[in-house]
Parts: sequence; C-alpha cells; structure tokens
Amino acid sequence: MQTNFSLAQLADPGVAEAEKILRSCVHCGFCTATCPTYVTLGNELDSPRGRIYLMKDMLENDRPADEDTVKHIDRCLSCLSCMTTCPSGVHYMHLVDHARVHIEETYKRPFINRMTRNMLTRILPYRDRFAFATRLSVLGKPFASLFDKVTPLKPIAAMLRLAPSKIYGKTEFTSPGSFKPEKQTQGRVTILTGCAQPALDAGINKATIELLNRVGVEVVLPEGEGCCGALVHHMGKEHQALESAKNNVRIWHEEIEKNGLDAIIVTTSGCGTTIKDYGFMLRNDAEWAERAAKVSSLAMDISEYLVLKELPAPNDTGEMVIAYHAACSLQHGQQVKSPPKDLLKAAGFKVKEAPESHLCCGSAGTYNIMQPEIAGQLRERKVKNIESTKPQAIAAGNIGCLTQIGSGTDIPTVHTIKLLNWAYGGEKPEELSNIL
Amino acid sequence: MTATEMTSETSSGIQMPKPDQAILARREEIVSALKAIVPGEGVVDNETEMRPFETDGFLAYRFMPLAVVLPETTEQIAQVLKYLAQEGVPVIPRGAGTSLSGGAIPQEDAVIVGLSRMIKILDTNYENRTLTVQAGATNLSISDAVASDGFFYAPDPSSQLACSIGGNIGMNSGGAHCLKYGVTTNNLLGVKMVLIDGTVVEIGGEHLDAPGLDLLGIICGSEGQLGIVTEATVRLIAKPAGARPVMFGFDTSEDAGACVADIIGTGIVPVAIEFMDKPAIDICEAFAKAGYPMDVNALLIVEVEGSDEEMDDMLARIVTIAKRHKVKVVKESQSATEAALIWKGRKSAFGATGRIADYICMDGTVPLGQLPHVLNETARIVESYGLRVANVFHAGDGNMHPLILYNINDPIEAQKAEDCGMDLLKLCVDAGGCLTGEHGVGIEKRDLMLYQYTQEDLDQQMAVRAAFDPEWILNPSKVFPFEARGNERPATGNA
Ligand code: SF4
Ligand code: SF4
Repeated sequence: MQTNFSLAQLADPGVAEAEKILRSCVHCGFCTATCPTYVTLGNELDSPRGRIYLMKDMLENDRPADEDTVKHIDRCLSCLSCMTTCPSGVHYMHLVDHARVHIEETYKRPFINRMTRNMLTRILPYRDRFAFATRLSVLGKPFASLFDKVTPLKPIAAMLRLAPSKIYGKTEFTSPGSFKPEKQTQGRVTILTGCAQPALDAGINKATIELLNRVGVEVVLPEGEGCCGALVHHMGKEHQALESAKNNVRIWHEEIEKNGLDAIIVTTSGCGTTIKDYGFMLRNDAEWAERAAKVSSLAMDISEYLVLKELPAPNDTGEMVIAYHAACSLQHGQQVKSPPKDLLKAAGFKVKEAPESHLCCGSAGTYNIMQPEIAGQLRERKVKNIESTKPQAIAAGNIGCLTQIGSGTDIPTVHTIKLLNWAYGGEKPEELSNIL
Repeated sequence: MTATEMTSETSSGIQMPKPDQAILARREEIVSALKAIVPGEGVVDNETEMRPFETDGFLAYRFMPLAVVLPETTEQIAQVLKYLAQEGVPVIPRGAGTSLSGGAIPQEDAVIVGLSRMIKILDTNYENRTLTVQAGATNLSISDAVASDGFFYAPDPSSQLACSIGGNIGMNSGGAHCLKYGVTTNNLLGVKMVLIDGTVVEIGGEHLDAPGLDLLGIICGSEGQLGIVTEATVRLIAKPAGARPVMFGFDTSEDAGACVADIIGTGIVPVAIEFMDKPAIDICEAFAKAGYPMDVNALLIVEVEGSDEEMDDMLARIVTIAKRHKVKVVKESQSATEAALIWKGRKSAFGATGRIADYICMDGTVPLGQLPHVLNETARIVESYGLRVANVFHAGDGNMHPLILYNINDPIEAQKAEDCGMDLLKLCVDAGGCLTGEHGVGIEKRDLMLYQYTQEDLDQQMAVRAAFDPEWILNPSKVFPFEARGNERPATGNA
C-alpha cells in the first residue's frame, strides 16, 4: 500500500525495513480470517490488517505510541498465523517487532503494567531466578482469586495459576558437558538448554539427548549459553534481546569454529523462531552480522533434524492415539508443519489433527500472563477442538503450549520428543503413566 | 481532537460529496448516542482507531468516517439505523472490508456499521438443505461448517476465506464455481434485513421461490443501499462424488480465449473455467507452488466433477476441443493436495500480486465470443499507458479481471493506472458486456454508470432505491453518478 515516509526517516534501517513491509501489503484482508484475536474479538483493530494500519500511521507520522495503538498491538499474540495466510508475503513479524521497540521507547505504560512486565523480564530469562520464582508462586497459588478482583493485577493471578506444582532443579542433562553416542558418531549438535523449559520439564532435554545419542549423534552443551532473548524481544526490549542474542552467537560460534556443529537444535519452538532470526536482528551490526547469520542458518527444530536421520524400527507403544498440537512458532513462525506428525506416525502413534489447528492456544510467551482474558478464551477453544478428536494424549513441540493446554484439560500433555524417545527405546514419559 | 480537524487523504479522480458541516459539528452527541446503544468496545470514535477503517480492498481511496459502530445483534442495528436516519447521518454498511470497488469506503460525515462481530451460524437444516447465518460470517465458514457432512455453499469469491456473506449479498458475488452453480442471487433463499427506519423484515425463507414480487432479487446486489442484511438463509449443495481441476496450457492468450468460447459454445458446462496469463502464472506459482506449467503463455484451469466416468467423459470432450486450439500442455492434478494447491494459487492471485507491484483489479464482463478480441485490446491499451497487466479471471462466464500493475507511491503512474482501468471497462461495455461481474460498482465504477446506462435506466433504478431509502441515508455516495442524480435527490448534490 501507499506509504509516506521522508528520506530522513528512511535513513533509519529499521524504518526502511518497515516501509518495505508496509509497501507489500495490499490490504486484501485475507489475514483477518485466520487471526486468533480477530476471530475472538471481531474488531478490525485486533486483526493483522488493522494492526498493520495502526503501525503504519504511528511510524509514518513518527508519533510516540499512544494508549490505543498499544492496546491493540499488545493484544497481538505474535502467533504469525497472518504470515502463513498472507498471499503477498508481508513480513508481519519484523514489522511488529519494530513497532514494539518503538512503543517501548516512546510510551510510558501505567505503573502496574510496567511493573509486571519488568518483573517478567527480570525473572523468566534466568534459569535460577525462574526456578526460584516458580517455587514461590506455588505457595501463592491459593491466593490467585484475590488478585483477579483488581483488573490491573489479573496478570499476577494468571501467573500463579500457571505455576507448575512440581519444579525440576539442575540435572546432568541441563549442565554443560558433552554426551557421546556409544557407537560411531554420525553428527555433532548442540541443543539450546533454555531458561524456563528445564525448570518446567527437565525430561525434554533428557529425552532429546538420549534419542540423539541413540541414533549416533553427539550432543554438546557449551558453558555460558543462556536465554535466547525471545521473551524480551517480544516486549520490545531491544537492547536486552540483542545482548542475549550476542551471548549465544558468541558461545555457539566458538563451538562451531573449535569443534564443528552440524546443527543447533531447539526443542522449544518459540525460541527456535527467534534464533533463526538472529541473522536479521543483528544484520546491521558489522561485528556480529556474519556470525549471527551462520548461527541462524544452523538452527533447527528437533523434528526438522530428526526427519533427516535414519531411525531404527520403533518399539510397540500400543498405537496410542495422539492429538498433535502445532505450536504457532513451529507451524507459522518456522513453517515446520509435517515433520513432527511424520515422525510420530513413523514411530507408531495414531496421529490426530484437531480442527482449527492454525489458531493459537493463547500461550504465546508471556501472553497468557499479560492478556489472561483473551488467552483463556483461546485455550478453551483449543481444548474443545483437541478433545473432539478423542486423543489419549496431546503432543506439542513447545513447553508454553504444553503448560497452557495442560491447564485446561485432564488429557495428559507431553513433548513430542518424549514420545519419540519412548518409541525408540527410551523410558515411557511419566505424563503417560496412567495410560496402559 | 475534533472532527473538523481530521483530514481525509484522497487520490485524484473519484469525488466524494463535501461533508455536511452540521453533522460534523454534532459528532460528540452522535457518538454518545451510539455508545448508549452499543456498549463496550462496540463504538470506535478516536482518530487513531478509526484510521484503519478509512478504506477497504480498494485502497487507492481513503476517507475517514465520523464514527464506527460494531453491533452484536440485529436489535442493535435496528436502533442504530433508526437513530441515524432520524438525525440524517449517512450510514456505510461494512462486511469484512474486502471490497475491490470501494463498497465499504466511508465518508467524513458517515457512520460505518460493521458486521464483524456477527458471525454465528444460527441453524443448519440438512433436510431442507439450508443454513442460516449471521451476515458477518465469512463465506468460507459456511462451507467449513458443513464440509464434514458432505455439503458446501457454492458461490466462492476468491476472497472467500475473509469476505462476509453480508458483503457477498451486497455485491451479488460470484466466484470460480459459479459457472455451474450460479452467483449469490441463485443461492440465497432468504434474509433478515433492517430497513432505514429500524424496521426488521424477513424476506424469503427456506424455499427456492417465494410468491409475489422477487424482493430478494432486488436486495441481492443492492450494495447496501436498501437496508442492512443481518441474517441470511442460503442453499447448501451436496458435494459431488469427485472433482478434478485440469490445467490446459496454450502459447497465446487468444488461443486460450477461443478455446473457452468453443467449450461453452458446444454446450459443455464444467464447474469452472479459470484463465491466467503468463504474469499471473508466475505470481501464483511463487506463492502457492502448485506446479502450474511455466512454459506456456496462457493457462486454463478447468474443473470437472461427478463420478469418475462422468469426469473422464467430459474431460475427453474438452481435450478434443482444446486440441483444435493448439493446446500445448494438459496436466491433471494427481491428488487432493495438488488440487487444493491449484485452487489456492488461483484464489490468492490478487493478493499475491502484491509481491511484485501495487495493482488495481478491474471487473468487467464480456460475451464469450469477444474474449480473444478483448484480451488483445487489453494488452494494447495497457501498453499504451506504459504499464503492465496480469490477467486472471473467470473465463467461463466472461468475467475479466485485468490487474493493472503500478507504483502507488508515484502519483503520475497512479493516475495513469486509474485512467487505464476506466478505458478497460469501457472496452468491456463496447464489446457488448458490462462494467461489473461480481465486485459491484461501489465508488470505483460509479462515474462510468452513464457509459453503460441511459439516464432513463438510472432513473428507474434510483426510484427503486428511493422506495427503500427516500432520504439517501444508506451508502449514499456509491453506485449512482452524482451528475445523474438531479437536484431532488438529497445528500448528494454538493459534490
Ligand atoms: S493478507 Fe497480507 S496483503 Fe492482505 S491485508 Fe493481510 S497482510 Fe496485507
Ligand atoms: S501474529 Fe497472530 S495475533 Fe498477531 S496479528 Fe498475526 S495472526 Fe493476529
């Protein structure tokens, strides 16, 4: 569509990129139909096309962000369903990332909102702080409904409700080291250990490493790797996000130079989308651009990597019926659609796909904390759709979805990799212990 | 910010009436009255939030509304219309805002009444093969809701994923599969509609033909000027035993055009015959990766359906005809996935064009025998403006969609594109066709209506319009050229 930026504005590479994206939108509205917030709220302003228009107006006029624009951008899940739908190839992700930085820089949020966001950015990205905070929130759980009574405090209630009842400490599979296969090595990878995931479910890393080892892949966990930066990135905290990105680029690139890596494996697809974007995020930083691009090019979801490998004949897992939930970061963010399903089928599971599988479950990073009402409606819709397929268990490749969906159903939720590890000789996931 | 400080940006050609200052001055009062009817976030009234409503799929033109209201019930719409009519405030009905003729574009003294929060499917009756739905529901949501039971809703505009059934009724929308099943008017059985004074009427019902005057036929295609449809009852059709899109590639557009005329002329009616020229093939392939043949200059997608024998038989006859027109490639879809991709590419053609340029999409219809001539002339006219064109359209019913490619940030080129578009529409009329196939007149073709019709013709149409809405409150600046209206028709004179 038509844009109206001055040459001075376009001298900023971020604005120039945003302009390019805006130019490619033809305002056809296709994206509205598959946007979770539009189908829930029915307002153009809560649709991709409406948000694009709001961002265009704000950026073109170089206006500080205002309360109304922020409200509608904050409601965006960054699920990127709109990018899958858009026939014109509009890169909504880079546009909204840019707008969020602009918001963070020019808008003063109300006190409690600011406090909640700051708290999240100070806790979530740090493995130890996160584990500590979750332990505390277990104690706070009974008080959740008190916080619900005051609108600005609803996020606190949401957070308490989401807190898991069990927390994992450090294990050997989340500490630096190298895991070599018994037989000959057919590849060498690192896996992102992550910040929140190991505390929520240490078994994911364990299953990944065990399975990779079993198929002859060496796994190394280099010292110093940290949070990928996705959470702060989505809050528009650019500096913090880039610092996280640089840290991981440095660590992984050193490992690539020293001992070589075939892939950087990610088992939390939300992080995968961001790591694959490091090359773009650091494109204008001469010192980092090349290394970041290299790292991004090696990043792979575990399912993308495994489909390339020859796997042994699976054990009998009793043809368990599994509803595969496609995490948005996987299906939309990374456009990885069939590998997880293909792997599950090949491993002997009966795979069901729920209706409306393109719609987000409402987890979306910290969304279920910051926007509990919309997130709750989306969870309800998702669970209803999944339950209609009558599965014995629900599989997904993203811990956020597993927590979110798990909080709305009695059907066990389990990471895809744990099912695969089980089928190929590992232990049965503890989540499934009640299913024969 | 007061209303008068707001400005609407407008491109050159098409004029809107000067806003009524008296209405602008009463903006606050009008907004609070609307808020009393539709609570919560149902009224959008600040400048920032109204901006995204200033245009639709015809985005070369943009005008700000006075306010936007998003009701949730027919009752609310009735109250809103009654109030606005009393106050003499123009009303712009809006479905999903995907119109390619500017049907949902507002004006500064008008209130947009949007249907996007009315999307429920109310009743499905397989015995009668009907379905009743709120008018804001998307076209595709109807087919999706009944697909697992073996039914579908036939009219399938390319924007069916997003466009609303209410908008479809307003524009009498068609689509690829209308060759066999007809357009909206052939598939609409009844509506609930709010008249301008707030009266709610039900017209038609769960049967095909109602006794008395065919009001439904008048409402369908009335571009939101007779009332606001809030519910629709539509015909469901049982899915055929099978369906197969087959691609026919030709060296020239002329050959492909002649082939279409010949197929229809022989009395064969496939479900769909779609045409794409080389630029369109390139664009669609880039998005959908459907496996369109890339070494041809024109492509027909012909869909046949029925039992395997029926499909084989019809295909064989079509292949014989195509051979007479020097067909170069015949390619059948090998699987359901492939068939879906072929259609996905075709239906995304307009949007996918955005990857390479801005465009305006024209929508004229010509008699089939004129297809080769019109295609040739189209190429010549577009070239004479120094522009490029991609053709992708419903060839079976002669509904042309030349996409004129240009750079919207270049005002000179934008003007050229618009002039070129007008010439192409005149070409269709000259060839014995008409201005619009399925996108409606909107503001885009409004000023060409006198090229198609005489003043007397338009007087009759306007008389019907005035019978429903004597004060010209509903979508007043659309369809009828100002110069044809005369002084006695209000709300339009001061252009
Ligand atoms: S689908 Fe793409 S081109 Fe169409 S309105 Fe959405 S973002 Fe813009
Ligand atoms: S990212 Fe998701 S929520 Fe945000 S606009 Fe796109 S589809 Fe809607």
